[in-house]
Amino acid sequence: MIRLSANEMASALAAGETTSEKLTQEHLDRISSVDADVHAFLYVDTEGALSQARGVDTARKNGEKLGPLAGVPLALKDVMVQKGVPTTAGSKILEGWRPPYDATVVKKLKEAGIVILGKTNMDEFAMGSSTENSAYGPTHNPWDLSRIPGGSGGGSSASLAAFEAPLAIGTDTGGSIRQPAAVTGTVGVKPTYGGVSRYGLIAFSSSLDQAGPCARTVLDAALLHEVIAGHDAHDATSIDAPVPQVVRAAREANVKGMKIGVVKELNGDGYQAGVRSRFEESLELLAKAGAEIVEVSCPNFEYALAAYYLIAPSECSSNLARFDAMRYGLRVGDEDGASAESVMNLTREMGFGREVKRRIILGTYALSSGYYDAYYGSAQKVRTLIMDDFTKAFGTADVLVSPTCPTTAFKIGEKANDPLAMYLNDIATIPVNMAGIGGMSVPCGLAPEDGLPVGFQIMAPAMQDQRMYSAGAALEASLLTEWGAPLLSRIPALGGAK
Amino acid sequence: MSTLSRADVANLARLARIEMTDQELDDLSTEMDVILTAVARVQEVATSDVKPTSHPLPLRNVVRADVVTPSLTPEAALSGAPANEEQRFRVPQILGEEA
Repeated sequence: MIRLSANEMASALAAGETTSEKLTQEHLDRISSVDADVHAFLYVDTEGALSQARGVDTARKNGEKLGPLAGVPLALKDVMVQKGVPTTAGSKILEGWRPPYDATVVKKLKEAGIVILGKTNMDEFAMGSSTENSAYGPTHNPWDLSRIPGGSGGGSSASLAAFEAPLAIGTDTGGSIRQPAAVTGTVGVKPTYGGVSRYGLIAFSSSLDQAGPCARTVLDAALLHEVIAGHDAHDATSIDAPVPQVVRAAREANVKGMKIGVVKELNGDGYQAGVRSRFEESLELLAKAGAEIVEVSCPNFEYALAAYYLIAPSECSSNLARFDAMRYGLRVGDEDGASAESVMNLTREMGFGREVKRRIILGTYALSSGYYDAYYGSAQKVRTLIMDDFTKAFGTADVLVSPTCPTTAFKIGEKANDPLAMYLNDIATIPVNMAGIGGMSVPCGLAPEDGLPVGFQIMAPAMQDQRMYSAGAALEASLLTEWGAPLLSRIPALGGAK
Repeated sequence: MSTLSRADVANLARLARIEMTDQELDDLSTEMDVILTAVARVQEVATSDVKPTSHPLPLRNVVRADVVTPSLTPEAALSGAPANEEQRFRVPQILGEEA
């Protein structure tokens, strides 16, 4: 049962072939048997999940009208607050904290009858591309346990690839949904900025952060997307417009006549040979399915990474000022006569990890008087240029495509001491966040040289998220015909697994 | 581009309220040079005729009707507090001792 898609699980539940309690228990058993090796979860909410599952079973028995994913389990990234359940964002500064409220996304999941299994590992405050920056130790890629599962949402992507959950929630500030999806052979979607509420999402960089669905199939991602999307009065940046019809697009999987623009600047030098060859093959399949492939140029994308590493740290230095040891979280050095300032200084020193401190210092510098125009101000101008590039490109193409990442998953520890090399991972995913548009990563095969998954990125204009689901589902269907079975059927069995 | 001395980093850490160790200050002053050189590339194209963008959406102020809605109980609001007293957050002293 655990290897089915979420949609298939939902059908089995609706047909009475199993119960949510049984399905949830199967996933909890799988977590017990493999998570010591994978470490996708920071907290498993066994009792909460089973009680939620029983509630859905009872409602079904009573003939209540249920949502399309009711009773299906899900893994929640630990950056989303869930009432009464330990929430850390991968940081020691929040160790043991139990939020007094639910994020809007969590509220919607609960209302839809989706069973929350637990909280997944992540880079501290979502800052990283490997999950190595988690204060609670790294997550391992189920394809090869010595490799990273991507980041920051490596726990969510790994839980899907390890069949610990069929659905997960991620958040994407510079690629934290799409890059983990790419390196684990799963599907990850960053919706249009403002498409999904940020209320209860622990903020890293507010103008870039966006929550979205993670799954093993494009249709599953679409079903989850429609559950969590929509306007929210609690989020002033939430878009007050109808949710794009992504489920319909995923079901139709139609690219006939669609113009697909290959971004010239997001390919070539610096991209691994196997990543490029899988990407090229996918383009051919899309052309065969009826799409028209064109080339587009976005010359300012080469400045996106530099601009991102000014804007995100600047916003984070402001957002993380809330961790002041006063109202919640860690407090260190609160002895008789200690000043509030010394308690703050000590708590933040003890509570934050290396990468978080690095970005706070960088952001504090970029925003400081005398340097603001040269750094933060210039980065904001680059943001305009990137948006202009997208506007022009979408004048010729309906969607834009590129490899999601320049390489497949690297080894744990390989880039841990070289922040710049680590940042380069996000080179193809960052432009999407800068412009606030939608982006998706779909698995497109294994690189021949290392046998590791490659991701195909699809980008669509703001509030046209359905276009990436059309293209993603079409590519997925063509690849399935080629392979005869989903990519994840080729994943090696995990050591402790039955 | 500009280089950051160890004293500069120490000052930034003070502004950011982080009590860094000597080792951290040493490491960061080296790393910041590398990172700042890389990110300074934005200046190549950020000419005076380009308007800055702070946010992907055309934001306007959003207000709600002034009506009372359910909110956290005092117990829930204080549930994560490191210390509390008489339904209040107890914090370390914020003013120096008066002579």
